[in-house]
Amino acid sequence: MPAVIDVRDLRTHIVTRWGTIKAVDGVSFALGEGETLGLVGESGSGKSMTCLSIVRLVPRPAARIVGGGVLLDGDDLLTKTDDEMQRIRGRKVAMILQDPMSSLNPVFSIGMQMREPLAMYHGLRGRAVVARAAELLASVSIPAPAARLRAFPHQLSGGMRQRVVGAMAIAGPPRLLMADEPTTSLDLTIQAQYLGLLKELQQRHRFAMIFVTHNLGIVARTCDRVAVMYAGRIVEIGPVRRIFTQPAHPYTRALLESIPRFGARRERLAAIAGQPPDLATLAAGCAFAPRCPAAFDRCVEAPPETEVVPGHATRCWLHVPA
Amino acid sequence: MLRFVLFRLLQSLVALAILSVVVFVLARATGDPLHMILPMNASEEDYANARKYLGLDRPYVEQYLSFVGRAVTGDFGTSIRARRPVIELLRERLPNSLKLAAFAMGVSLAIAFPLGVMAAVKKGTGVDRAAQIVAVLGQSLPTFWVAIVLVEFVAGRWQWLPAGGADSLASYVLPGLTLGWFVVAGMMRLLRSGMLEVLDSEYVKLARLKGVAERKVVWVHALKNALIPVVTFAGIYFAILVTTAIVVETVFAWPGLGRLAYDGITSRDFPVIQAVVLTTAAIVAAVNLGVDCLYALIDPRIRYG
Amino acid sequence: MSVVALPDRAARPEPRTRGRRVPVVSIGIIAVFVLIALLAPLLSPGDPYEQSLRLRFRPPVWEERGSWTHPLGTDRLGRDMLTRIIWGSRVSLAVGALAVVLAGALGATVGLVAGYYGGRVDAALMRITDATLSFPVILLALILAVTVGPSFTNVVIAIAVILWARYARVIRGQVLTLMTLDFIAQARIAGAGAWRIITRHLLPNTLNTLVVLVTLQVGYVIIVEASLSFLGAGIPPPTPAWGSMIAEGRDVVTSAWWVSFLPGLAILLVVLAFNLLGDWLRDTLDPKLRQL
Repeated sequence: MPAVIDVRDLRTHIVTRWGTIKAVDGVSFALGEGETLGLVGESGSGKSMTCLSIVRLVPRPAARIVGGGVLLDGDDLLTKTDDEMQRIRGRKVAMILQDPMSSLNPVFSIGMQMREPLAMYHGLRGRAVVARAAELLASVSIPAPAARLRAFPHQLSGGMRQRVVGAMAIAGPPRLLMADEPTTSLDLTIQAQYLGLLKELQQRHRFAMIFVTHNLGIVARTCDRVAVMYAGRIVEIGPVRRIFTQPAHPYTRALLESIPRFGARRERLAAIAGQPPDLATLAAGCAFAPRCPAAFDRCVEAPPETEVVPGHATRCWLHVPA
Repeated sequence: MLRFVLFRLLQSLVALAILSVVVFVLARATGDPLHMILPMNASEEDYANARKYLGLDRPYVEQYLSFVGRAVTGDFGTSIRARRPVIELLRERLPNSLKLAAFAMGVSLAIAFPLGVMAAVKKGTGVDRAAQIVAVLGQSLPTFWVAIVLVEFVAGRWQWLPAGGADSLASYVLPGLTLGWFVVAGMMRLLRSGMLEVLDSEYVKLARLKGVAERKVVWVHALKNALIPVVTFAGIYFAILVTTAIVVETVFAWPGLGRLAYDGITSRDFPVIQAVVLTTAAIVAAVNLGVDCLYALIDPRIRYG
Repeated sequence: MSVVALPDRAARPEPRTRGRRVPVVSIGIIAVFVLIALLAPLLSPGDPYEQSLRLRFRPPVWEERGSWTHPLGTDRLGRDMLTRIIWGSRVSLAVGALAVVLAGALGATVGLVAGYYGGRVDAALMRITDATLSFPVILLALILAVTVGPSFTNVVIAIAVILWARYARVIRGQVLTLMTLDFIAQARIAGAGAWRIITRHLLPNTLNTLVVLVTLQVGYVIIVEASLSFLGAGIPPPTPAWGSMIAEGRDVVTSAWWVSFLPGLAILLVVLAFNLLGDWLRDTLDPKLRQL
C-alpha cells in the first residue's frame, strides 16, 4: 500500500543566541491510509516541530528546515513554493492544536471560521457553504449545528470548541491529520469521547493520522504504531503492541516503567534519572547516553537505525549486531 | 446592545452634569468681568447697574439653574465681550475645530495604521526601526515648537502652504499635521504591540495551518483582534487632540473653539467660558461613547458577555 | 533522496528585543539636566535676568558674530541664552517631578480605594475619574492662570488635578486583578483590615506600574508646562522657562533662530530621555503595560 505520508531524514534547525538547536534531527517514518502514528516524547523532544516542519510552518526567522524529504502521496512538500504550500495546508494536511480556548479566533463567529476553509478548498458560496458548514458540525456530533454557526467561541464549552476545530480540520478532507495533544486541555470525562470521534472520522475519510502526545495511555488506545522521540531523533518506532510489550530502547523502557500501575505492588515511582538534555549543547553520540543505565563505550558514537524485527526499529547500540 | 448604548449614554450625561457645576464655579472664579468692560473711571453706581443688567447680582444658585435651563435649549447667553449671543459664536467656531480635529485624526490614522501593522509584520527590519523612531519622536516633540518652525519655514520662507485661516484644503495641512503628529506616534505603537502579540497567538497559527493566505491572516484575522486596544485609546487621543488644539489654533490663527476659549478666559467672559468648556466636554464624551460602541461592535465578548 | 530547494530565508536568531540593554544615554541625559538644574547658580556663566540692549540677538558661538561670552547667543533683551536654558531646566524639572508625584499619589489612592471596595464606591469614583479624564488640562490651567494669576504653584496644581485620573484608571484595573488572587482572600481570613490590606498587600504590587507610569508621564507634563508658558499662562516672566523663551523668539524664527530653537531642543532632549527611560522600565518591570 503506497504511503500517504513519507518523511525521510527530516532536519530542522533553530538558531538561538546560545547555539544552533537541532530540533528535528533526521526523522523518518511512513504512514498509509487509515493508519495512526503516535509521536511520544518529553517536552522539547521535537514532536511538535516535526509536525510544523511537515507543513513548513516553522517559526521564522530563527527556525529553518535544512534537509530531508516530506512526500505526501509521492509529492515532495519541501520543494513546493510558498503559494503551493499555502494551497496544500488545511486542504491536504490539517492540524489540530492543543488548546481549543486559544485556537479559535475570538472576534469571528464559528460560522465565519467554518465557511472560510470551505470557500478556500471547494469554492463554495452562499447557501451552499452554510449548509456544508452545518453538515460538518453535525458530523462531529455538535447539537443544533445551524444555530451554532452564529455563535462565538467564548460561548461554547471547551469540548465543543475542540469539536469545531476538528470539523474545520476535516473540511478538505485532508490526506493527513496531525493532532498535537488535542485532549490535554479537555476535561477527563470528555477526553475519551473526543478520541473516539477522531477515530470515527479517520475511518470515514481514510486519512493518515499523527497523534502527538506524552500520554502513553492514549497511545495504547488510539494508535497503530508509535514513534518515541528524544532530543530531536526517533529512538524507537514500531507497532504499538510490540513496543509496549517488548521495548527495545532503554528510554522507551524507562518511560513504560515510570507509568504507575494500578494493582501493582506499592513501590517507589520510577523516575528517569538525570535531566532532559540541553539541546544547544548536545554532544555527538547517543543523546540519551548520559541518563542511560545500559550505556557503554560505543555510545559516544551516534547509533544508526537498526531493525529489531521487520517493522520495529530502534537507534541503540545494544541492538546492533557486533 | 441597545441597553449597553443607553447605559453609557446615561453615564455620559451624569458626567456632563457634574462638569457643568465645576465649569460654573470656575468661570465665576476667573474674576469680575466688569473690570474689563467698564471704563476706568466708572462709578459704583455704574458697576451696580451693569451688574444688574447682566444678571450678575442674583444669587449663585439661581444663576446656575438659569444657566443650565437655557444651556439645554442651546441658549448660552450673550458674550460679555463681543455682545453677541454665544451660540452664534459657537456656531461659527465649532465646525472649524471639529473639521480640524477630524482631519488630524483621519490623517494620523491613515499614517499610523499601515506603519503600525508593517512594523509588526516586518519586526526587526528597517521599516520597524523607522516606525519606532517616528513613534518616540512624536511623543517627545513639543507641538507648538514644531508649529512655529513649520509656520516660519514651510509657510513663511518657502511659501508652500498657507499658515493662517481656514479657507482652503491646503490650510488644513500644517495645523492638521502638527496636531496629529502626537496621535500618529501613540496609535502606531499601540498597533505594533497589539499586532505583535496577536501574530504570536494560537488562532493565527491555526489560520495559517488552515491554509489562509498570509495577507488575509495579517489584515483580517490578526488586525481585528489588535484593534481592540487601539479603539480604546482612540477616545483618549481625541481628547488630547481637543486639548492641544488651543495651542495649535493660536499659532496658526485657526478660527476655532480653542481661540474662542483663550480670548474668553483672558477677558473673563463667563458665558463664553462656560459654553466652550461644556461643548468641549460634550464632544469628548460623545466621542468616547462612540468609541465604546465601536469597541462592542468589534469584540463580541463585550456584546454577549 | 530529494534535493532540498527551500525558498526560506537564511536562518538567523530572533532579533534581540529592544530595550533589554539599560538605556545609558537616557539616564545620562536626565542626570545631566538634573545636575544642571540643581547647580544652576554655580554653573551658569551669567545672570539669567541681566539685560543688555546692546547685546540683543547675538548668535551662538559657532556663527559669524558669535562669541564665547555668550556661547548660545542672546535673546530679545540681550540675556544670555545658555544661562536661561540652564535656569529653565529648574522650572521644567521641578514642575515635572512635583506634578507627577502629586498626581501619582492622588491617583494611586483613588485607584486602590476604588478597586478594593468595589461596588458603589468604585462606580462613584470612576464617574469622577472619567469626568476628569475628559477635561482639557490646558483649559483648566488657563483658567487658573487668569483667576489667581500665573505662578509655579498654579501650574503644578492645574496639571496634577487633571493628571491623577490617568493613574487612577490603570491602578484600579491592576487592583481588580489582584483582588481575585488568593493571597488577598487569605489576608482577609487572617483578619486584616482594609488599611492593612491596601498598604501592605495591594500597594507594593502596584508600585511597578506606578513607577513606569510616573516616568512615562514626566515628559508629557514638561511639554504641557512648556505649552502653558508659551501661551503666557505658565510660569510668569521674567523667570526663565523654556516655553516662554520659545514664545519670545516666535517672530524672529528665521533671523534669530536660536532663540526659539535651542529651548525647544532642550525640551526635546529631556522629554525624549524620559520617554525612552520609561519604555525601558516598562519593558523590564511590567510588560503588560505595553499599550501605554
